[in-house]
Amino acid sequence: MSALSVSATFAAAEFQTPSIEYSKLMPMLIVFGVALVGVLIEAFMGRTGRHQVQLILSIAGLVAAFVSVTMLAGDNQIAAVGAVAVDGPALFLQGTILLLAIPGVLTMAERSLDRGGVFTSAGSSTPGSEHERVLTATGVTQTEVFPLTMFAVGGMLLFPAANDLLTMFVALEVLSLPLYLLCGLARRRRLLSQEASLKYFLLGAFSSAFFLYGIALLYGYSGTVRLSGIAEAVSSNSGSDTLLMTGTALLAVGLLFKVGAAPFHSWTPDVYQGAPTPITGFMAACTKVAAFGALLRVLYVGLGGLAWQWEPVMWGVAILTMVVGSVVALTQTDVKRMLAYSSIAHAGFILTGLVATDTVDPDTGAVLGVSSVLFYLLAYGFITIGAFAVVTLVRDAGGEATHLSQWAGLARRSPLVAAVFTLFLAAFAGIPLTSGFTGKFAVFSAAIAGDAAPLVVIGVVMSAVAAFFYFRVVVLMFFNAPAPDGPAVAVPSPLTTVAITLSVAVTVLLGVWPTQVLDLADRASQFVR
Amino acid sequence: MPTILAAETTQAADATGVFALSWLLIALPLLGAAVLLLGGRRTDKFGHLLGTAMPFAAFVIGVVQFVAMLGRDPENRTFSQHLYTWLPVGSFQVDAGLLVDQLSMCFVLLITGVGTLIHIYSIGYMEHDPDRRRFFGYLNLFIAAMLLLVLADSYLLLYVGWEGVGLASYLLIGFWSYVPEYAAAAKKAFVANRVGDFGLSIAIMIMFAQFGSVSFDGVFAGADGASEGALTAIGLMLLLAACGKSAQFPLQSWLGDAMAGPTPVSALIHAATMVTAGVYLIVRSAPVFNGAPDAQLVVVIVGAITLIFGAIVGTAKDDIKKALAASTMSQIGYMMLAAGLGPIGYAFAIFHLLTHGFFKAGMFLGAGSVMHGMNNQVEMRRFGGISSVMKITWITFGLGWLAIIGVPPFSGFWSKDKIIEAAFVGEGWRPWVFGGAALIGAGVTAFYMTRLFLMTFHGERRWTDDVHPHESPKIMTIPLMVLAIGSAALGLILGPTNALVHWLEPVTGAHGEEAPVLSVPVLTGLTLLLIAVGVAWAYSLYVRQPVPEVAPAGSVLTRAARRDLYQDAVNESLLMRPGQYLTRFLVWFDNRVVDGAVNGLAALLGGTSGRFRRLQTGFVRSYALSMFLGAALLVGAMLLVRL
Repeated sequence: MSALSVSATFAAAEFQTPSIEYSKLMPMLIVFGVALVGVLIEAFMGRTGRHQVQLILSIAGLVAAFVSVTMLAGDNQIAAVGAVAVDGPALFLQGTILLLAIPGVLTMAERSLDRGGVFTSAGSSTPGSEHERVLTATGVTQTEVFPLTMFAVGGMLLFPAANDLLTMFVALEVLSLPLYLLCGLARRRRLLSQEASLKYFLLGAFSSAFFLYGIALLYGYSGTVRLSGIAEAVSSNSGSDTLLMTGTALLAVGLLFKVGAAPFHSWTPDVYQGAPTPITGFMAACTKVAAFGALLRVLYVGLGGLAWQWEPVMWGVAILTMVVGSVVALTQTDVKRMLAYSSIAHAGFILTGLVATDTVDPDTGAVLGVSSVLFYLLAYGFITIGAFAVVTLVRDAGGEATHLSQWAGLARRSPLVAAVFTLFLAAFAGIPLTSGFTGKFAVFSAAIAGDAAPLVVIGVVMSAVAAFFYFRVVVLMFFNAPAPDGPAVAVPSPLTTVAITLSVAVTVLLGVWPTQVLDLADRASQFVR
Repeated sequence: MPTILAAETTQAADATGVFALSWLLIALPLLGAAVLLLGGRRTDKFGHLLGTAMPFAAFVIGVVQFVAMLGRDPENRTFSQHLYTWLPVGSFQVDAGLLVDQLSMCFVLLITGVGTLIHIYSIGYMEHDPDRRRFFGYLNLFIAAMLLLVLADSYLLLYVGWEGVGLASYLLIGFWSYVPEYAAAAKKAFVANRVGDFGLSIAIMIMFAQFGSVSFDGVFAGADGASEGALTAIGLMLLLAACGKSAQFPLQSWLGDAMAGPTPVSALIHAATMVTAGVYLIVRSAPVFNGAPDAQLVVVIVGAITLIFGAIVGTAKDDIKKALAASTMSQIGYMMLAAGLGPIGYAFAIFHLLTHGFFKAGMFLGAGSVMHGMNNQVEMRRFGGISSVMKITWITFGLGWLAIIGVPPFSGFWSKDKIIEAAFVGEGWRPWVFGGAALIGAGVTAFYMTRLFLMTFHGERRWTDDVHPHESPKIMTIPLMVLAIGSAALGLILGPTNALVHWLEPVTGAHGEEAPVLSVPVLTGLTLLLIAVGVAWAYSLYVRQPVPEVAPAGSVLTRAARRDLYQDAVNESLLMRPGQYLTRFLVWFDNRVVDGAVNGLAALLGGTSGRFRRLQTGFVRSYALSMFLGAALLVGAMLLVRL
């Protein structure tokens, strides 16, 4: 995995077998193993029953991986010859990703809303062709989404745990490639979906190039891709500053692209809108968690000594992201695009916590920049998954009704769904007694502790701007007369119901009783170096 | 809870044993409410039984705790239970915790005990209502919120309960919201309460600014060294809150209309428990008021005005429930007056609160029983002579009547007499004015309650043709009997023995023996004399003379009293009209100035948004270009920062 660094360190020594601590890597091994078994099932099992088998296998794999994460809790070490860190932030984020992936997979498996499910019967068929029509008539669906999702989850697990830049790059590609595919597999509006997929792929490849070039420059500066090695080089101040600065900036571009921060956000609305909604929810929640984890590790562990350099730049990115996300969302008319801009704004809010850097809470000893971001990601992930799951329920004859005007008067038809969506919107807006409030409170107080008060002022102002477009939807749902030919709320199977219920429960719980999880995030806030 | 005036400082022990179950007191009725309200029609069959079982279970826990408390030394009867910390932020913590001490125990027993009886009664009273389950759900919600109010260990949590009971009260007053007047009554109660709630929230804000804490412990510790000005401000704001919730002058106008709710609601919420929350708030905040004599004086004035005001209104009402509501207002005036007197009065305020809880709940339920038999009529001029057909209701109501007017040895005598005595303690003009008010109030109370009792149960039958009064079923009369026993005996148990005063001493603080300006036998004699005059006068007016079926025009004073002493008119001209002018001005200001600014801002944001949005062309090439420029910017910034 880390051939370069290994060869750099052991160039003169005789070759030794690398020691791999398999038990420490268990969560990733389980997920990748399940993904491979899933591929075999696709190859050898008949079409009937494949969907159920894949679903059960995926959920079981995610649960097993989560259990193994909880068993590793408290570990603080570097495994696999320095390639993977098993520490508090990594395990917390892996747990978060696995927990989020469960409702994510459940909503993907939903088949009672749309005959055959949300995914196309065959991604290879030309949209509108006879071939597609015949396949659609049989009601089959592409069950490859399950192994693809598991590969993506595996990459996401590795991404925040990667302790050298090459491993991180591999993880980035492992999580990205399946997502590019998944984005293009919508059953309805296939051209839009394929366009989204292509856009995401092109821009993702573009950002990967930045990321890789950043790695190359940092290797040129420090002679290693290991984060601890780079940190050492930074503290001893050897080598060319230009290489270091440029490398840091380019590396950051790759990561900021994945979290959807401005000015690298332009893919987000198009991809979120075009992708199948369950994929959008999964991607919006899990990718953001993984990418923020990697960003935290790179900036804190590898480039912590450079904090006074990248902090002002991150200030700028955070401000721009919050402003762009909140302001542009104001004029959106599509609920998925609105949620996409909202996710950009939230990336900005999370970045305010990140710039608190190594400020330590005197009472708990927690690294505020890390613990607040960890908590926010968990809270935000569940709100997002839940909100997108609700979007899948509001349908008319053409599939999901995502234009906001179609949501008018939804509360008259289905008060429960409107109330649940209102809860998620309130949580996005950061209304107290929802997880969104606790999360915002955590990142903003971390930013204040880190002497970034102006950032918090902007954050609060932008929260107010954002509250406007969230509550516009609430007003629309509750106080406007429904359109005569408006959409109906479909009754989902238990799969989506469970996913939404879980999201509601976490959103309320983390708002009313966040102490335990805040403590957990505090305890998990130390990186192994 | 350390109070500065307590004889010995008592420290709250961590709740163990039965006291660790305190959270269940609130959780059980809350669970009941959740099941009944979320369960929907599925729970129709057993809803009323579950709804009754929950407060009863809480009552059992309360009794066990009470017995356990009795077994301990007076100093060690305070328990605190930490529930959870909401947001730990450095040194500032928002905790949710419960405080079980002698004072809250009194309320727990009253709320769950009387509450259970009223739930049982409601099974019969609401039998034919299609929404009985929802009714019990709301009642459970009320019980839970009220228990939270009295068990909270901080003003913040108390505020949660305070709002909760307000919500339950609103829902229950408007329970038959398809009647427009009832819905309007619910709204009126809500708005009047809101005025008071502002007082409480401002008080909490001042506390936080002054003491950095909103817990009872923190505030009372801070009150020790705080300036009198701050304490007076807090005290007055707390009083405003109390006036709203307890229907005290000048926020009393909602209570009469609140009788729109089903009669068990009037008994539980608008007589026995919720409306006394203001008294609880003031007694609980004793350390604040003890340091603010001016605020105390205002409390006494408010109490005195309300007790006379309510009594006068009560003399003219012909609607049995509204007459009882006026009487509630007046009796709570007594409690407020006592609470304003300071340590000498706190225990008596609570004493009267407890006895009143029994006899007033009993009389309301009795009135409900009469209405049940009389096709839901409330006009006393069409009652009369019911004593012969509704014997149990008559006797139980009669005991409540004897108790409220203060005939020895019934409950009201012991508690009200103590308040009158305490009001006569002091120097200068105050004992004469406040004591005089309390004394005259006792006489007027005797008059209007006797009027109510005689017009309803005695004299000739003035029934409309379509009614056939009959005694209510057992499930309604048994709670009446239990409450009647309490009305008769509670005062005798707690009064002469001074048991309650000693029981509450660790919380309210001890006070020395102070003699009233007139000697106690003289005062008691005067009170009894006035009561006798009141009863005799009412007898001569409403039994000796026939009662006209249509109310006569009456004197100026009668007409004024019928219209609540023009309270609504005053509100309209003093508050509503200026309020309307203010809102009109604000609307104008809003349209011209604020909207201009807001719309300008919105236009600016919208315009910016639109411009930004145009950058989102949908072309990958322009996205890639923007990313490239962003990357260049980032690299440039990094390099620039270095320089």
